[in-house]
Amino acid sequence: MLEVANLTKHFPVEKSFLDRLMTSKKSVVHAVDNISFSVNRGDILGLVGESGSGKSTTARLCLKLIQPTSGNILFEGIDLGKLRGEKLRTFRRNMQLIFQDPTASLNPRIRVGDAVKDALTFQGIGTLNEQFERTQAMLERVGLKPWNNFYDRFPHQLSGGQRQRVVIARAMVLNPRLVVADEPIAMVDVSVRAQILSLMLELKKEFDLTYLFITHDLAMANYFCNSIAIMYLGKIVEMGPKEKVFGSPLHPYTLALLSSIPIPDPTATMQRMIPKGEIPSPINPPRGCRFHPRCPYAQPECSEQEPQLEEVRLNHRVACFFPRR
Amino acid sequence: MTLLDIHSLVVEYRTLRANVKAVDRVSLAMEKGQTLGLVGESGCGKSTLGLSIVQLVPPPGRTVSGQIAFDGIDVINCSDEEIRRLRGKRVGYIFQDPMTSLNPVKKIGEHFVEMIRTHEPEISKEDALKRAQEIMEQLGILPERINDFPHQFSGGMRQRVMIGLALALGPDLVIADEPTTSLDVIVEAQIIQLLKNLKQSLGLTLILITHNIGIVAETTDQVAVMYAGRIAELAHTRDLFKQPMHPYTQALLNSVPNITKKDQVLSWIPGAPPDLASPPFGCLFHPRCPFVFDRCRKEEPMLTKHDHSEVACHLYDKR
Repeated sequence: MLEVANLTKHFPVEKSFLDRLMTSKKSVVHAVDNISFSVNRGDILGLVGESGSGKSTTARLCLKLIQPTSGNILFEGIDLGKLRGEKLRTFRRNMQLIFQDPTASLNPRIRVGDAVKDALTFQGIGTLNEQFERTQAMLERVGLKPWNNFYDRFPHQLSGGQRQRVVIARAMVLNPRLVVADEPIAMVDVSVRAQILSLMLELKKEFDLTYLFITHDLAMANYFCNSIAIMYLGKIVEMGPKEKVFGSPLHPYTLALLSSIPIPDPTATMQRMIPKGEIPSPINPPRGCRFHPRCPYAQPECSEQEPQLEEVRLNHRVACFFPRR
Repeated sequence: MTLLDIHSLVVEYRTLRANVKAVDRVSLAMEKGQTLGLVGESGCGKSTLGLSIVQLVPPPGRTVSGQIAFDGIDVINCSDEEIRRLRGKRVGYIFQDPMTSLNPVKKIGEHFVEMIRTHEPEISKEDALKRAQEIMEQLGILPERINDFPHQFSGGMRQRVMIGLALALGPDLVIADEPTTSLDVIVEAQIIQLLKNLKQSLGLTLILITHNIGIVAETTDQVAVMYAGRIAELAHTRDLFKQPMHPYTQALLNSVPNITKKDQVLSWIPGAPPDLASPPFGCLFHPRCPFVFDRCRKEEPMLTKHDHSEVACHLYDKR
């Protein structure tokens, strides 16, 4: 359904006038560096990584909210890079985005019902009456019922969970086929997180959706997704079905992430392998394998050559010269 | 030895609309060397409770009634001078956001010097800096970095500095309010590991305020589950996870995914926490509780002892 090939995004670093006079070299942030992946119809792909790993940039690139530096994105065989203007705008109804912070992604002065309806208005779908009907049905579908209790409210009059439902309704009312969810539960209280995810699963079944799910929470990704791509410093380091990536991880970084998660069970005993240091700056990423300065298994060649993402087992890809087994 | 004893504490925020009881009749005691976890959703009063121990609840919040005894000192009624001596020196506080808690125009070393010399003015600046370097080394930061500014540090390093500042004067009690919330999972694990090690080597008493159930399970001896300003359940960590009693605790534990478990079914709590400006009658959890019965709507349950834990729920009241 979604095919991403050799996608790269570099952001130029803003420099002061003086710096520009002194140095000729431009520095760039390597936010996403030559990544390829595909999402099959009906899949839930979890893009997992720490902050600064490039997962949100990847999400924005997939929706063509920002232009890639290079690389291609195919949506059901159509090259997004070639779509322009009106065509792109109409095409966008196929793919929608759910943002992290429902408070920031709703206009505080627009009634939540209108916020949902406006999505239809901008896309020019249906008559005004039809738009109202669809909005009402969608509000009820995401659990804001009866709809007339919610339609005229402003975002601040709703709880965090309800606001996130409005954001989901706004994305869903256009009947998209792909939904990109960027940390949809990070700002929601713990006790309602599972509820939002279960709603997203119901909607997926009902509307035949495909999800690209961005998260830093590995336990949630394990619960919600069926395939996983682990990102580190703009690269995908490991990718495959959830059972394989989390069940028998190959990349030392994946192992490190997994052993860092606090387990909600005081009787659990776990061997921890917490790497030292923090994720380096993406302006000058390390040469060779980007994880090598923090990797406990690093060999000399790791700092010289860059490992490519290769299929080591069936459907299980890893970018490491010495994968763990 | 009991280090901290809170009895029937009520902290109120007075607003034009209503008086909101952020902490309502909370009682708990802590032994020296223990780690207590304060858990609950946002707005349940866990941070206010932490702040009230050092009397730093921001206005319009104020302590209405109750007692806090820290090592025999009556914290609520003691003079400003006495409470100042307590803060930093005997009770260390680690705040959530290390960026806003450090002064951006001061070098890291100056933070330590200010902290140390406020309480021990006889120490020279040089000695204070020397002590700062020793602390930094313990925390895994290069000592020469005391000459750097906060913005030159990463998030995890800043949080280490915050921990160092809280520990600089060898406090008896450390209160850590969501110390890892703004950090990534690997750095979070590093900080938690550091806190655990320090706790052991220095014999610290620690209050850990968090909404992360996993961290509570890994680091604490005792847990107080808070809901809408009240303690719903107070128990030893192992008992709480083995046999949660309060319906809220049960639901909270069931809503957290565990990566070591396969095919887990997560549940959630319907509805939202109550508006404390107009709280529901009876048990504050009753509108969301799956086991609600008549008495819950009429009468407020009190925290009472049952087997291992103390729980505030009519289900366990044999009357």
